[in-house]
Amino acid sequence: MINIQLPITEQEIRKLKIGDEVLITGIMVTARDAAHKFLIDEEPEEYKEILRDTFIYHCGPVVKKDDAGNWEFVAAGPTTSIREEPYEATIIKNYSVKGVIGKGGMGDKTLAALKEHGAVYLHAIGGLATILAESVVKVTNVTMLDELGVPEAFWEIDVKDFPAVVTMDSHGNSLHKTVKASSDEKMKELLSRE
Amino acid sequence: MTIQINKPELKDKIVELIRLTSTDLPQDIIEALEKARDVEDKDSRAQNVFTMILQNIERSKTKSTPICQDTGTNIYYVHYPVGVSTIEITKLIEEATVEATEKAYLRPNTVDSLTGKNTGNNIGTLAPYIHFEEWEKEEIEIKLMLKGGGCENVSGQYKLPDTKLGAGRDLNGVYKIIIDAVNNAQGLGCAPGIIGVGIGGDRTTSMITAKEQLFRKLPDSNDNPELNTLENKLVKNLNELGIGPMGFGGKTTVLGVKMGHLHRLPASFFVSIAYMCWAHRRKTLTLKNGNYEFI
Repeated sequence: MINIQLPITEQEIRKLKIGDEVLITGIMVTARDAAHKFLIDEEPEEYKEILRDTFIYHCGPVVKKDDAGNWEFVAAGPTTSIREEPYEATIIKNYSVKGVIGKGGMGDKTLAALKEHGAVYLHAIGGLATILAESVVKVTNVTMLDELGVPEAFWEIDVKDFPAVVTMDSHGNSLHKTVKASSDEKMKELLSRE
Repeated sequence: MTIQINKPELKDKIVELIRLTSTDLPQDIIEALEKARDVEDKDSRAQNVFTMILQNIERSKTKSTPICQDTGTNIYYVHYPVGVSTIEITKLIEEATVEATEKAYLRPNTVDSLTGKNTGNNIGTLAPYIHFEEWEKEEIEIKLMLKGGGCENVSGQYKLPDTKLGAGRDLNGVYKIIIDAVNNAQGLGCAPGIIGVGIGGDRTTSMITAKEQLFRKLPDSNDNPELNTLENKLVKNLNELGIGPMGFGGKTTVLGVKMGHLHRLPASFFVSIAYMCWAHRRKTLTLKNGNYEFI
């Protein structure tokens, strides 16, 4: 297990390789479909501070307010990332994002951006909603809540030991490609048996 | 004879049904995940994933929090005796759904397709989805399944013959389609998945049949001997794809394959794939002789 502290430098990011199992600590930001579209359409300056040198987490959480009126994460597993493929490379570039956490990997445009700007894609475990929510120590801020709703707002979260696996690194490698190449071959073999 | 229903009480039990479905994974699925963990190499990435998944399952049950934040489409199958009003049952299910959403057992998951606005309470057109069937028992049975968007997005419908796959209009063709569907899905449906298959029907009934298969228990057998053999063969061969948990690579790619068949038009041969993620959340509530039971 590799411990990652946010905010993070490009140098630290470039040390990571596909297959690395990591534990993430520090403040990161959730953003999914509507949030990505908003960042591209509106180009809001205030998100430069919020996103610089940290990770975006593709997640639409279940949240609750505690008795003191503070937001609490109840369930927070990842959502499928490929839907953000049209936007992610531009966002990584314009907002100096150092990593994207999600599910299922992303495409070649993002892979190229990871290499060019020094960022990685990390795969969180789908359905680990309770444990991932427990790794959120505190919700430090939320923006665009009224406009976008709970699953789509920008939730800034202070996490401790959030587990993930690097599946796309900053050197052009993708675990998704290697697993697919292998299963494609196996499928050919299975179909030829019939 | 009409069954007596205490409406507020039944509503409360349905809220409990939703809570259990969302937070408490069925035993047959847990056992399959434990088996999958144990066949992986010690301390391998795949084994670590299964270990964390099983930890999450236990924490969710203890804390009464959703196993997965995508509490998905709420699919109800209701069997009811003569004389029970489906309008009344629908109202109770809807009330329970709103309450369960307020209690964070469900995420607000119902988005207007034209405006993009989330209704906030999981009530919308055909949401929750309720299938009603009258039966001769003096008993109400309410089955609930939560099916998330990730695995729904890798579900689909094929037509036979399929030239690309060299699949003809026979069980061999069906077999090839299922291999293709699971390979294409990779880890995107939160593998290892449970694959519901509908053979035949029209566009609608084919997919409904595939989804209905997901109510079956994992260790059960298919009444049709040919399909039973094929189900077992598919589990073995699909695992050879090596996609593993979340597509990270591993020895278990599917936890089960369940197939149903129905009649079809001479001109149409549909094969529907309902891909369910490993977090296969399903539970049953029964009301009989004034007693409630959760299965």
